[in-house]
Amino acid sequence: MSAVPTNAADAGRTDGLDPNAPMVELAGVHKWYGDNHVLTGVDLVVPRGTVTVMLGPSGSGKSTALRCINQLEEIGAGSIHVEGELQGYREEGGRLHRLHPKKIAVQRARVGMVFQRFNLFPHMTAIGNVMEAPIQVLGKSKAEARERAAELLTRVGLSDRLEHYPSQLSGGQQQRVAIARALAMDPDLMLFDEPTSALDPELVGEVLGVMRDLAASGMTMIVVTHEIGFAREVADQVVFMADGAVVEHGPVAQVIDAPTEPRTQDFLAHVL
Amino acid sequence: MTTTTPAAGRPAAEPERIHAVPVRYPGRWISAAVVVVLAAMAVNALITNDKFAWPTVGKYLFSQPIMRGVGWTLVLTVASMAIAIVLAVLLAVMRRSANPVMRWVSWVYIWFFRGTPIYTQLAFWGYASVLYKNLSLGVPFGPEFFQVDTADLLNPLRAAIIGLALNEAAYLAEIVRAGLQSVDRGQSEAARALGMKEGRILWRIVLPQAMRVIVPPTGNETISMLKTTSLVLAVPFIYDLNFAQAAIGNRIFQPLPLLVVAAIWYLVITSILMVGQYYLERYYGRGFDEHSPKKRPARQAAINAARTTADPSPLDGVTP
Ligand SMILES: Nc1ncnc2c1ncn2[C@@H]1O[C@H](COP(=O)(O)OP(=O)(O)OP(=O)(O)O)[C@@H](O)[C@H]1O
Ligand SMILES: [Mg+2]
Repeated sequence: MSAVPTNAADAGRTDGLDPNAPMVELAGVHKWYGDNHVLTGVDLVVPRGTVTVMLGPSGSGKSTALRCINQLEEIGAGSIHVEGELQGYREEGGRLHRLHPKKIAVQRARVGMVFQRFNLFPHMTAIGNVMEAPIQVLGKSKAEARERAAELLTRVGLSDRLEHYPSQLSGGQQQRVAIARALAMDPDLMLFDEPTSALDPELVGEVLGVMRDLAASGMTMIVVTHEIGFAREVADQVVFMADGAVVEHGPVAQVIDAPTEPRTQDFLAHVL
Repeated sequence: MTTTTPAAGRPAAEPERIHAVPVRYPGRWISAAVVVVLAAMAVNALITNDKFAWPTVGKYLFSQPIMRGVGWTLVLTVASMAIAIVLAVLLAVMRRSANPVMRWVSWVYIWFFRGTPIYTQLAFWGYASVLYKNLSLGVPFGPEFFQVDTADLLNPLRAAIIGLALNEAAYLAEIVRAGLQSVDRGQSEAARALGMKEGRILWRIVLPQAMRVIVPPTGNETISMLKTTSLVLAVPFIYDLNFAQAAIGNRIFQPLPLLVVAAIWYLVITSILMVGQYYLERYYGRGFDEHSPKKRPARQAAINAARTTADPSPLDGVTP
């Protein structure tokens, strides 16, 4: 199985964003939890402005891969570049130096993340949730942040829920607030980890609707989901993971409609 | 969706409200009667026993030394709790720090100040100016930058406040730690994913949520502190309520009415503190407590009326 072509000759690359580099590039990423080898060499390229849907059985490492991209987890081997910039480390004198947490926070701010369990801040209203990071991280004024937050919440169809606390919102509404909250940082990349799997079936559509709209606006997205219909509609690339590695990748017509790997065929037989 | 939806085709009439006979609870009435009788007996036992010397209680309740004692007791309680809370947050954060030195320092602090009696600690702070006549800042065995007389710095009031605060901080630190631990890990992860720095995450996201868990036991500790202030005699600091009460009681050879005077004041202050705690709990319960929705409906209505945010959106259709 030949993995995604990786840019192995990136030795000369220095820190900083490269507008010509792909949005995300994982090369031989490994992750261990103690003795548990969870990612066993993930190779993945996500071009700018594309939607990648990640499929795979439970425990195959999809969430871990996303969390590594956003540096919620440290990787054990390999490299992750976002917009051509090495994540988490600085290369100097042929050695890797761990970045200071403040630098890592700057890198994270370019990557938005939406969680399965929403993780809204329960002590803040919907608009408070969306305003928080622009004020605390980007140093925006309250008025500026509020205006933008109201705009984003309107965009996700929640203009009448600005002052509601998360506990007063339905699951679908909460997840849409979470999407608006991530978008408020003007990220270049959005990661979605099973954004609809904690929702009642009738609420899934509203969240997928927002995501579809976001994809159409040209946002680069990596989406872990079991919604095959969504994948068919918006995915430029489908990635199938098993046992901590990418087993098969390509357009929908290839990976979902004509999978060649037995593990992919097996998985799809269960999901479809 | 309600079960009283009118059948299809029929006009939607206002449904008949249910006016049911509530369940009777005779046990409540019986227990109420028993409590009233017992309370009457207790009041009777207090009032008719002239050993309590109620006129004497009345005479001293608002007397100048007692009022001054109330004032100093309040100062001691508020000042020491304020210092203790700040210190406790610091200790709790150190205890969770990735830095092993911080964790160790915090652990040793809590171990020591919880492990030795408060009375001994207060006495020590009283003796401190004898033990160390001068305090100076400088390099050990090297030059000194400045020097102060310990007796000036640690007058009895300050020694009492510091003694109470340092001891209390050790207990509060564990309460704060429990509060921080009670906040879901997903909260700091979400904040981290937004690019927030650790200090900000603690201050804006984790601590406000932890306060829900921290406030009730801290209220407990404050009320306990109110009465622990009577131990400042060990410093010795001799203006608090308990000392004032005992001094008068001994002078007039009637300890009982003065004990009652002090008890009344402690009860009054405790009641006021409990009111404060109620409002604190309500504040930090916002967003959690379904019974106190702070929807700011007027504000929302104004926003909607202004239509500044309600632009038609392609996504409006997906709103249920
Ligand atoms: N914090 C952790 N400590 C130890 N092991 C972990 C941790 N997080 C995940 N794992 C392990 O890593 C493996 C991959 O987990 P991961 O959550 O990435 O899977 P997934 O593909 O997202 O699965 P699912 O579809 O169930 O969400 C699992 O075997 C899991 O037990
Ligand atoms: Mg997962």
